[in-house]
Amino acid sequence: MKRIVLGLLAATALSVSAYAADDKPALIFDLGGKFDKSFNEAAFNGAEKYAADSGVKFREFEIQNEAQREQALRKFASDGNSPIVIAGFSAAAAIEKVSGEFPDTKFVIIDAQVDKPNVRSVIFNDNEGSYLVGVIAAKASKTGTVSFIGGMDVPLIRNFACGYVGGVKATNADAKVIQNMTGDTPAAWNDPSKGGEIAKSQMDQGSDVIFAAAGGTGIGVLQAAADADKLGIGVDSNQNGLHPGKVLTSMLKRVDVATYNAFKDGADGKFTAGVSYLGVKDGGVDYAADENNAKLLTDDIKKAVEAAKADIISGKVKVHSYFSDNACPYK
Amino acid sequence: MDSFVAILQLFDSTIRLSAPLLLACLAGLYSERAGIFDIGLEGKMLAGAFAAGAVATWYGSASLALIAAIAISVALGLVHGFASITHRGNQIVSGVAINFIAAGTTVILGQAWFHQGGRTPSLPNTARFNAINLPGAETLREVPIIGPIYFELISGHSILVYLAFLLVPFTWWVLYRTRFGLRLRAVGENPAAVDTAGISVPWLRYRAVICCGILCGIAGAYLATAQGAGFVKDMTAGKGYIALAALIFAKWRPVQAMYACLLFGFLDALGIRLQGQSLPLIGEVPVQLMQALPYILTIVLLAGFIGKAIPPKAGGVAYVKER
Repeated sequence: MKRIVLGLLAATALSVSAYAADDKPALIFDLGGKFDKSFNEAAFNGAEKYAADSGVKFREFEIQNEAQREQALRKFASDGNSPIVIAGFSAAAAIEKVSGEFPDTKFVIIDAQVDKPNVRSVIFNDNEGSYLVGVIAAKASKTGTVSFIGGMDVPLIRNFACGYVGGVKATNADAKVIQNMTGDTPAAWNDPSKGGEIAKSQMDQGSDVIFAAAGGTGIGVLQAAADADKLGIGVDSNQNGLHPGKVLTSMLKRVDVATYNAFKDGADGKFTAGVSYLGVKDGGVDYAADENNAKLLTDDIKKAVEAAKADIISGKVKVHSYFSDNACPYK
Repeated sequence: MDSFVAILQLFDSTIRLSAPLLLACLAGLYSERAGIFDIGLEGKMLAGAFAAGAVATWYGSASLALIAAIAISVALGLVHGFASITHRGNQIVSGVAINFIAAGTTVILGQAWFHQGGRTPSLPNTARFNAINLPGAETLREVPIIGPIYFELISGHSILVYLAFLLVPFTWWVLYRTRFGLRLRAVGENPAAVDTAGISVPWLRYRAVICCGILCGIAGAYLATAQGAGFVKDMTAGKGYIALAALIFAKWRPVQAMYACLLFGFLDALGIRLQGQSLPLIGEVPVQLMQALPYILTIVLLAGFIGKAIPPKAGGVAYVKER
């Protein structure tokens, strides 16, 4: 009898560990690094939350150059990891290739669309979130000039810029929006000193609210804005706390939720492939309000941005997507 | 008047951007004039920036950060010296090794100590070299022409920027008007002659790499505690190499080195300002062109206008005393 009990126990232990072994999520970060206080960090936070909730450890990899993306994907896939979440639009080509080689592995890509039966593409309506912070920027600006600093010059970032301009112009048609991109190479995601210098040049031109959608480069932008006693707007993660009282708000992009859900769906066997769009309506993008910017967001601003949010949700305002025609109608 | 101020702001940005290049360039000048090629400027700057960021985080003092940056950079310089002066190793290889050591260890230590992916935490203003407003800048601002120049261009930089530009005449003086400078130049051209005169070649060269280390340390501290607010992975972003190019442009002379660094800084600043602006006749300039411009100009200038840049004769060659 004792033996049977022991055997049963052993069997359960085995099956439990077998179950845990089945759930082997992995996460690959984009260039810019895990702790960019922005995009990648949001993905990391989502994964950490899943690990804390489920007790399942996840594997992670920070790529150092473009070529490592595919290698890391293939390595994780051949080790039996699934689902594998990869952050960043630059990964599209790599995932396209590797997902074909490992049809049983589930892949999730954030910020790009890959049409494969085992890939889930998570696309955020960044234009809508940027529109909201554009409304806030236009309301908060005293000079009537606000500005935008993008990371790498790619359609994704142009989409941010376009939504931002739309929000500003909808609130104050006379406002001027200065736009700059940091560079054309992925290094532009991690160049805070250049970001700071661009911010200074924009402030010289009269801008007093600067929205940075530039990953790690944004840290330098927010720093320069805070140094000059102007306002910055963070992106992806809630960056209000970086310089309390000097960061007007942050455009939240719930990469953490997307990562968490991907891991959870993978574990529960509810994984679905295909494209999922996350907009203001789904809570996928939003503006950040907390104690750090409570004083900056006056009732007037809050009223305006909540109205804009309601309009987007109801469909009254349709924020133009740069991807639809590779152009921005807001001038 | 507006365009006048805009141009001044462009020059203002030029000065901020060229200061670290200038410091690194002068650092290379001391070392290379003594016959020690130093490709490790980048690594020393990076290590200095990291030390400055870390110390400023712990002690909240910009001066301590500067001292730490200089100390670590000199230490790396001495490693370079030990390999290439004492042991007569290849100077290029040793310099490259220093770059790699700096790039790797800063990130590893940063991650171990601060857990922010190799970054040091953002520094408060009390732990940084802040902009200094020179006396009378506000009152003189209204004076036409001179006022804006003084206010926009000359005033409002961090102390390290002023230091960098003051080091140019100082270096010229040291190099051409002191006994040390004469010997330094001689040891880079003909170490045997210096040796015959009874002066120790290794000791002179060690002093040169120490000077180089000090200046690289200041450049690193500038990046982490004046221009930025904390260390970021790979924050030197190739400035050490651009400084080397500037040094060659300048044919290893201090005043010309300043002009070369200002040129690179200016192109950088111009690239930022001109983005998305339309110019008369040309229309909107593509961002990509502006960003490639510094490099295009480097090649054009190097190929056509600079003439032959002849390095110090004994550069890169370890000195072997005849027995």
